[in-house]
Amino acid sequence: MTWKDRWGRIARGRHDPVARTEPVSAELTCQELVELVTDYLEGALSADDQHRFEAHLDGCGGCRAYLEQIRGTILAVGGVARADLDPAMRERLVASFRDWRSRRDV
Amino acid sequence: MGSWPVGLPDSTEEARSRGWCRWTKAAAESGRTDDAGLVEALRQGDEAAYRALVDRYTATLLRLASMYVSNPEVAADVVQETWIGVLQGIDRFEERSSLKTWICRILINKAKTAAQREGRTISFADLGDDEPAPAVDPERFHDQGPNRGQWSMPPQEWDRPEERLLSKETRAVVERAIAGLPTNQRITITMRDIEDLSPAHTRSVLGISEGNQRVLLHRARTHVRAALEAYLSDVTETP
Repeated sequence: MTWKDRWGRIARGRHDPVARTEPVSAELTCQELVELVTDYLEGALSADDQHRFEAHLDGCGGCRAYLEQIRGTILAVGGVARADLDPAMRERLVASFRDWRSRRDV
Repeated sequence: MGSWPVGLPDSTEEARSRGWCRWTKAAAESGRTDDAGLVEALRQGDEAAYRALVDRYTATLLRLASMYVSNPEVAADVVQETWIGVLQGIDRFEERSSLKTWICRILINKAKTAAQREGRTISFADLGDDEPAPAVDPERFHDQGPNRGQWSMPPQEWDRPEERLLSKETRAVVERAIAGLPTNQRITITMRDIEDLSPAHTRSVLGISEGNQRVLLHRARTHVRAALEAYLSDVTETP
């Protein structure tokens, strides 16, 4: 997956539609909003809370920047390289496969 | 879809005797290089299918194993035992869960056993909720007056984010921040944001609730964000 694909998914964000139960107060403060960011990105806010969250974002540059930073964080964490598989380990794993197959064929 | 076909057999003779060519042709014709196609081939004892799966998932398995056990050799053994477990169980794998979930679950059971032998236990039930750390330092918000709870020191947008966030230097910052997390947060952010596993997969493999998974992810991400913010604003101020 390229970072652009990942970015697209992060930006869409909503693949986990489980609503959280506790309602948040009518007007969100910035300090409350930052605690809800993960629930927002996971699609776990109720429709009302999501509306409040987005209404706050519309009027608050600081919180928009914060949300972008969290999205950037997810992107950066995703950029941590995967280690290449050590060829010796691969051969060990293949050896256990051959062992398994020879027993199975008996 | 990554790196298939991989691991060509040592000789054409061997390839023929292992049925590799036939399977390759069949797989190429039907496009079955997905997990389901590989599972089917593996059940028939196909080595190329096994190698493809090993190449696809071993890095993930090693990363997860090393979260549970501190000794890298033990982690490698856990991964080896996992693949043996996969082979022994492949006929019983019912495809109700995804292959990846199933393999990760085998890995984590084996890793937990190995961790117990090392005298380490990791609890996902205990979130350490006595004093939940705030996502952002409370000093950065007004603490009284009509603006209470609003930013007093709002975050700044990061300049050229993609380029800077994916640089080698930033990666080192991220790796250090993740290494400093409590184990359960570290495992959660690794599964979700490095290995790109779904929330359902992560909670199912770890055996935790949807809500707890989100709490752990939230704490982990906010910790890494703070580290990135400190690093990136330093860079900005001293060009």
